[in-house]
Amino acid sequence: MPVGPETGHSPAWTRRLGYVLLYVLLSLVALLQILPLIWLMLFSLKNNQEVFDMAPFALPAQPRWENYVKVWTEGNISLYFFNSVWITVVSVVFTVLFASLVTFAITRMRWKGRSLVLGLFMVGLMIPVHSTLIPLFSLFLKLHLTDHPLSVILSYIAFNMPITIMILLGFYYALPREVEEAAVMDGCSVNRIFFRIVLPMTASVIATTAIINMIYDWNEFIFVNTFISSDTYKTLTVGVQNFIGQYTTDWGAIGATLMISILPILIAFLVLSERIVEGIAAGSVKG
Amino acid sequence: MDKVMSNRLVAALYVLPALLLLLVLVYIPIVLTGYYGLMQWDGIGAMTFIGLDNYTRLIQDSTFWQSANHTFLLALFSALSLIGYLMIALVLSGKIKGANLFRKIYLIPMLLSSVAIAQLWLKIYHPSNGVLNSFLEAIGFSNPPAWLAEPSLVLYALFVPILWQYAGFYILIYYAALKNIPESLIEAARIDGANPWQIAFRIKLPLITEVIKVTVVLAVVGSLKYFDLIYVMTDGGPNGASEVMASYMYRQAFRSFDFGYGSAVGFFLLLICLVVTWLLRKATASKDTIQYS
Repeated sequence: MPVGPETGHSPAWTRRLGYVLLYVLLSLVALLQILPLIWLMLFSLKNNQEVFDMAPFALPAQPRWENYVKVWTEGNISLYFFNSVWITVVSVVFTVLFASLVTFAITRMRWKGRSLVLGLFMVGLMIPVHSTLIPLFSLFLKLHLTDHPLSVILSYIAFNMPITIMILLGFYYALPREVEEAAVMDGCSVNRIFFRIVLPMTASVIATTAIINMIYDWNEFIFVNTFISSDTYKTLTVGVQNFIGQYTTDWGAIGATLMISILPILIAFLVLSERIVEGIAAGSVKG
Repeated sequence: MDKVMSNRLVAALYVLPALLLLLVLVYIPIVLTGYYGLMQWDGIGAMTFIGLDNYTRLIQDSTFWQSANHTFLLALFSALSLIGYLMIALVLSGKIKGANLFRKIYLIPMLLSSVAIAQLWLKIYHPSNGVLNSFLEAIGFSNPPAWLAEPSLVLYALFVPILWQYAGFYILIYYAALKNIPESLIEAARIDGANPWQIAFRIKLPLITEVIKVTVVLAVVGSLKYFDLIYVMTDGGPNGASEVMASYMYRQAFRSFDFGYGSAVGFFLLLICLVVTWLLRKATASKDTIQYS
């Protein structure tokens, strides 16, 4: 079987067979990647009897949307959902703003210690969050920030800063020098150059980093699980985990809960897939 | 120009908020983790200095080494799975119609939280009603195993969702790198009579060596830190059969309230991550980098 479709001098029928085999392989992998999610969607619309008696991939006779209504209204899922939304939004805004300021100062301004500061941020990429968890917990305990959303938000900003700066770097280095030169000629201050000229020019890469941050923050688990104890401030990932504990046997409710927790990301992916793909690629390869 | 752009006060104002957060929430904690490792401490009460006792205990702790073994096994699996991802990316990077769509479908699991993935796979592995055992029974296996309850199977069972979760991520990285190879190089090889195998293994793969090295580091170091999915699916069980270093650290600190010992485990994890990253980079460093632009 040919590995690439560049089948050179082979006769047409082997080439065609090769293509068919490649498509079968690629489709099989694609199927494996989405079948679990399709199954999840199907059982979120069934009751237990239907889950256990019907074939796993059989459509429910009538979709039981009441599973969704039930988990949304009965427990705290709606509260967890809105916590996830606002905590994610605040964290993403500050991460991207701070990272842009740092990247601007490092790549466009001249001062001693630039490379040291950049180095500190880049080494930060390698530090496992687990190794910082105990001191962070005791620090927040002393500051009376445990069970307070600020503990989670500050941690998200700090730990996502290195990757965000890394994605921004290449983009900032590529901006032409003439931009600042012209602005300085016109009497612009640094602040004006950054906020009025450079920030708008980097809008597309900012969008990319914002989306990557959004995915990380929305899905984050260990910080919330460790720092937050009361339901008031829990986010969806942790909330879902506890919530499912109450519904150990109601598969429809569990399915609906999981679907609610992943839908925002799936919808974002449908709308912004090109940018998400771009961001993930940019955030990984340069390391 | 020079004067405006070398305004130190402004530079400091731009850098300080982020730098302070980095120092206070990342760098000081890793130093403190090493320090707490020298203490007998329940997390709330007074700390007692006990020197290297936690670290010597760590070295003699067979449960810890068991969890370290599981961690290394996961790292090995993850590194090996890269071969499969690379093959898929090679296929995908050829002139395949719909390559973009495939690449996007592969990526979907990577976007979901490990908790949601864990809960979903708990249901897939459910001994009586899960989709996996229903399928196995339908094709004639009368007594399929309870995957997550078997000490000999649990680690492999956990590896499947990990494989599933990260497939799209690595395929995407390889795909992007392969697509970056100038078409003219491949065209030239083809004109010289290279067959598809030769083009794949003699031209494409050598040209993306750097990216392959980066992914090996990512996969291995990522596995060392693996936590969320295991914590939710098995919590290290049954009987420690799926305990990994990160989950062991968490258990010692936040379940047994032995924060000193937990910190020692955490510090060890940090050292291993840094050493392994350094070793892998050194081992895979190439003297001559390939330039094709």
